[in-house]
Amino acid sequence: MKTGLTRRDFLQTSALGGAGLVIAFYLPAKAELHGQGAPPSFQPNAWLQIDPEDNVTIWVGKSEMGQGVRTSLPMIVAEELDADWTRVRVEPALADSRKYGNQLTGGSTSVRTSWEPLRKAGAQARAMLIAAVAQSWGVAPNSCRTESGSVIHEPSGRRAGYGSLVEAAAKLPVPEKPPLKNARDFRIVGQSLPRLDIPGKVDGSARFGIDARAPGMLFAVVARCPVFGGKLAHFDATRAKTVKGVRAVTPITSGVAVVADSTWAAMEGRKALDVTWNEGPHAALTSAEISRRFARLAAGPAAVAREDRAVDAALKRAARTLEAVYEVPFLAHATMEPMNATAYVHRGSCEVWAPTQFPSLAQQVAAKIAGLPPEKVTVHITLLGGGFGRRAEADYVTDAVEASKAVGAPVQVLWTREDDMQHDVYRPASYHVLRAGLDADGRLIAWTHRVVAPSIGAQRGEKVEGGLDTSAVDGAADLPYAIPNLRVDYVMANTAVPTGYWRSVYASQTAFANECFLDEIAAVAGKDPVELRRALLNKSPHHKAVLELVAEKSGWGQPLPAGRFRGLAVHKSFHSFVGEVAEVSLEKDGTPRVHRVVCAIDCGLPVNPAGVASQMQSGIVYGLSAALRGKITISKGRVQQNNFDDYQVLRFDEMPQVEVYIVPSSEPPTGTGEPGLPPIAPAVANAVSAARGQRVRKLPILA
Amino acid sequence: MSFSLTINDKPYTVDAHPDTPLLWVLRDHLNLTGTKYGCGQGLCGACTIHLDGESARSCQTPVATVGNRKVTTIEGLAATLGHRVQQAWIAEQVPQCGYCQSGQIMEAAALLAKHPRPTPQQMDEAMSGLICRCGSYQAIRLAISRAAAGGAQ
Repeated sequence: MKTGLTRRDFLQTSALGGAGLVIAFYLPAKAELHGQGAPPSFQPNAWLQIDPEDNVTIWVGKSEMGQGVRTSLPMIVAEELDADWTRVRVEPALADSRKYGNQLTGGSTSVRTSWEPLRKAGAQARAMLIAAVAQSWGVAPNSCRTESGSVIHEPSGRRAGYGSLVEAAAKLPVPEKPPLKNARDFRIVGQSLPRLDIPGKVDGSARFGIDARAPGMLFAVVARCPVFGGKLAHFDATRAKTVKGVRAVTPITSGVAVVADSTWAAMEGRKALDVTWNEGPHAALTSAEISRRFARLAAGPAAVAREDRAVDAALKRAARTLEAVYEVPFLAHATMEPMNATAYVHRGSCEVWAPTQFPSLAQQVAAKIAGLPPEKVTVHITLLGGGFGRRAEADYVTDAVEASKAVGAPVQVLWTREDDMQHDVYRPASYHVLRAGLDADGRLIAWTHRVVAPSIGAQRGEKVEGGLDTSAVDGAADLPYAIPNLRVDYVMANTAVPTGYWRSVYASQTAFANECFLDEIAAVAGKDPVELRRALLNKSPHHKAVLELVAEKSGWGQPLPAGRFRGLAVHKSFHSFVGEVAEVSLEKDGTPRVHRVVCAIDCGLPVNPAGVASQMQSGIVYGLSAALRGKITISKGRVQQNNFDDYQVLRFDEMPQVEVYIVPSSEPPTGTGEPGLPPIAPAVANAVSAARGQRVRKLPILA
Repeated sequence: MSFSLTINDKPYTVDAHPDTPLLWVLRDHLNLTGTKYGCGQGLCGACTIHLDGESARSCQTPVATVGNRKVTTIEGLAATLGHRVQQAWIAEQVPQCGYCQSGQIMEAAALLAKHPRPTPQQMDEAMSGLICRCGSYQAIRLAISRAAAGGAQ
């Protein structure tokens, strides 16, 4: 059976699960209901609209990938608007940076950077609604207040719903500096509100990128050279075209696209494709070679990122010195929804449906291929089945736009799990050399940390001054501990393996090195790991607060059942401070089992506390998968892992009990997507080290 | 080849190669996109559906093997006892990105049909064949317990 979806049906159903239509289609539909032109509505800025029936529509410019932005960002607007939350509808914005500003969703920035503009957007509307009442009733604006979708004139008790004011408010000037609420008057922000995207995610109606459908749409997979840097040498489509349902076989930048009536037919066609690759100069590359090269480079020159006082002299006079090398592997993102995009290049227009974290990049890439100005490319941001940084790229958009252009029909390109695993942009592998000096009283007087790692920026052609990629020492150079003599430096060690932004980026490596080495120092100095850190954090009160909270809540120092061990780590990343304690035991075969993780976070004012707790759970689980088993290895210039059997991730029966505590704060909100991740690997590694009586210095722990 | 299928109590006829996994018949032929592709190897459970009420991985189920068994997908679950599971999923705010949740809910509904009050070990056995990358496992366990408790009332 073929379904008879019309283009209009498609646009309707491709909007956020059940929430409605994109605005371009929403207004005409409403106009039809009213029988004449669009009803008067009030849209003081790009972010919100109020209609005469009291419905508030709020647009979200950031991508929803599980972190809850389609709830938390509207909460900020609704707070300052004093909206009735039950009348709020949320719409995903299209890609339009002129209208919505920077739509890149990454770096745990969404709430932090949207906080001020979205408060202002809501406050503008609220001030104008009050002004509209004041004008029509002839009362002073300051005698009016707002409450849950109504303006109330205090002296008389008269009340007007927002919907009744839209016509008058729309005629008023938009104030540049509207008054903002006092935080103590917040009644939406700070509440654990249910997420608006969840109902559509339990009944199958939520539309992810892979669910985009267009009339006449074809499905494609791409054959790619397995070796990094390899190129297409030759292909013969004859056999592939004998597979029923295969419509076209066409070379594109990333390889050879096999386009068919269904995804399965495309996959079968690809199996039958005769293709030869020119494997290029990296066909002999191995992980062992990369590791040896990192060790060699660690002994050479480095770019200094931070130098406090005279660290070499301090190490020389130290009563005791320690040195340790920490190593972490390349990692894949392995989002549950593999990479995909859908595009239609057609008669001077281009429409893209993409689960993207970076809509403007998708737009630019599509525009270039289609030969159009970016504003002629419509990019629909679908729901993302996980992002974790992978979807800040646009390689999957390139595939779809090129394939559509080649065949002249809407095309969805899907990466199979194997494609996704083998053609990722990987979390860089890295090699860390740390040294410490203790004086005769066991005080930490010197610390050096050399980071040897590929530069994500330099590998993609960004300019890196003086060989110092400052992001590669993120979390290392800003070590919060008060150590008088300190040096952090960096050796750029680029390889042929493409690298990218993986949840928490370089903090996922530096936190592991810092926090494990600190435990080694504590052991040598005969100090408790919490006490050692506490003494070094007097000038870092936020770090100290999460340390103390997590120590208290985890019962640090109190007895554990036999065979259980605790490990702790504290790390600040993306403006948020997180402490975690892991409780671990060893199975009979030595395999660690993580029973409990206690987490404390200071993220400023939590906009949606339940959402913050979910993001901490999420960072912990994602980081635990990596810490225990995550490893991408290279042999013959290609990735050896294929699927979830050889790239194993945490499963249900291994899930520890996770408890999250939020430090009360009235400071502006920071981010939560990434900061929960960096402390988990060192917390678990420290616990496993305690259990084994032997240090864990290399990830994954289950090598 | 032509196949007659009963999906969510409705009859469908599809023309497909007999080896075509039911997953792609649902998604690409019938536009029932609630069932997700995750691995294609039966390793992640995102494609989980019911065949005569028992959970099955649709990516490992060639369309020719379905026969006259009744297929239930996430889109049809609300018409069954599975509705209780969906309500529990909302109450516990389980989904994050949500991509794996169709499969998680289908597996949990099949578990509860077989074991109305599952033990933690029965939950482990049923649910460990599925993967969530966002970390919803703890919330899933709570939601299954909630749905089970609801069934006892």
